[in-house]
Amino acid sequence: MAKIIVVTSGKGGVGKTTTSAAISSGLALRGHKTVVIDFDIGLRNLDIIMNCERRVVYDFVNVIHGEATLRQALIRDKRTENLFILPASQTRDKDVLTEEGVEKVLNDLAADGFEYIICDSPAGIEHGAFMALYFADMAIVVANPEVSSVRDSDRILGILQSKSRRAERGERVEECLLLTRYNPERVARGEMLGVDDVEEILATKLLGVIPESESVLKASNQGIPVIYDEESKAGQAYKDAVARLLGEEVEHRFLVVEHKGLFQRLFGRGV
Amino acid sequence: MSVNSNSTAEPMPTSPSFRLKGGLFPLTLLEVTHYERQVFEQDLRNKVAEAPAFFQQAPVIISLEQFIDQGAALPLAELQQLCRDYGLIPVALRCGDEAIKQQALSLGMALMPEGRVKADVIKAEEVVEPEAVVANEPAAVSAEQAQPIPSANKIITTPIRSGQQVYAAGGDLIVMASVSAGAEVLADGNIHIYGALRGRALAGVRGDTSARIFCQSLEAELISIAGNFKLDEDLKGEYWKKSIQAAMSDQTLSITPLI
Repeated sequence: MAKIIVVTSGKGGVGKTTTSAAISSGLALRGHKTVVIDFDIGLRNLDIIMNCERRVVYDFVNVIHGEATLRQALIRDKRTENLFILPASQTRDKDVLTEEGVEKVLNDLAADGFEYIICDSPAGIEHGAFMALYFADMAIVVANPEVSSVRDSDRILGILQSKSRRAERGERVEECLLLTRYNPERVARGEMLGVDDVEEILATKLLGVIPESESVLKASNQGIPVIYDEESKAGQAYKDAVARLLGEEVEHRFLVVEHKGLFQRLFGRGV
Repeated sequence: MSVNSNSTAEPMPTSPSFRLKGGLFPLTLLEVTHYERQVFEQDLRNKVAEAPAFFQQAPVIISLEQFIDQGAALPLAELQQLCRDYGLIPVALRCGDEAIKQQALSLGMALMPEGRVKADVIKAEEVVEPEAVVANEPAAVSAEQAQPIPSANKIITTPIRSGQQVYAAGGDLIVMASVSAGAEVLADGNIHIYGALRGRALAGVRGDTSARIFCQSLEAELISIAGNFKLDEDLKGEYWKKSIQAAMSDQTLSITPLI
């Protein structure tokens, strides 16, 4: 039985696509057949982040309209064998996503043996974001430790609780929080919201904290999800998050300021 | 034909086409003291002139509690027609003898039991004041039999998120979590928040100045009791982020600590 996980946030630019790419790669690396779907019709990014933009022939909308089969549209990831990508359309409008259409694609993917279906949501709370979260069993709400991002995440949590299909059936969507671009030094200086502050405001289980890292931009430019970068702290944090997703108990790392030794300060680089 | 109320029904295999829910609705009482056709009609005409906006399909309950001669033959059909001619719709009857009650039933009016009304009647001179009347859950027998009223108090156990609005009509609101910034909670009665209040809370929205707001941490954007409000700039005093109760005292909204 496939688990449908939506990666959403409300606010734009907080790291949804980065997270979708990293987490789906992480799950596939752990041996689970995973597909990641880009719901951002018209502003597709997932294919770029995963380095398959030149291999997009058919997309999500083609499948919904019956212009292509799922097999034709799914792109097999070159690095990890269990991983598939279903890209969005770049030329169409969000309105082409219908409830029935999306439901059928999700059911077909489940029937095809996928264990995890990651839905990369667009920003906002309009139709595209709504379609991405509607069928979810679980939601990873991504937020930056910053007031407007937290407020928007709160809003999306409210929508998940009241307008998702699970909510309509009287069940709950399993919610968890992923805090991204965390900078412990700025938190210590009082410039940034800390983990405890965000947890208190959102009252949601913490999946992980991803530290601010230059490796994320590098990864995006190269089209290699940051989880593959073994040296990157962000990559390691995503690995921990995947482990927690699979039910393991992992301590949260990178929450406090690291005291670098002299050698590291002279020769080490920020990762 | 017996009708099952939702609270006692077994789980149904398919979704029912309707539900019965208790509710509290403000309704005007037309208290008739004496009746004579010409006089009654003239009185109606005067009232319409005074408050024309009220007389637009307004539902009323005909009360004969103050009727001078209860036994007298009150031509209910005629009275009902006069009311309708002037924009009032009599929906139910209260008091009166058996004969009158029979007339009411044959006219399709419901029968309201006595003594079930909230004691909020303000007897101003010539003005018909609205009164809160409890709507009974209908059962197999006639509406004269009093049925247990479902509680109008609302209890919410999950956080109230930004953009959400919860209204406890006719009772208190109890929230066993926090109210986020950008969320709004309202109640006709009191509001109790077992958590932080970061959004807006409005108690006594129908004018009950005795309503209060209780919360474990005052971080509100706005609090209001019966329309008297304070914004966060006024609240950021000694009680900010503390456990407080807000109540009306001498016509002002005052904050005091909760022990």
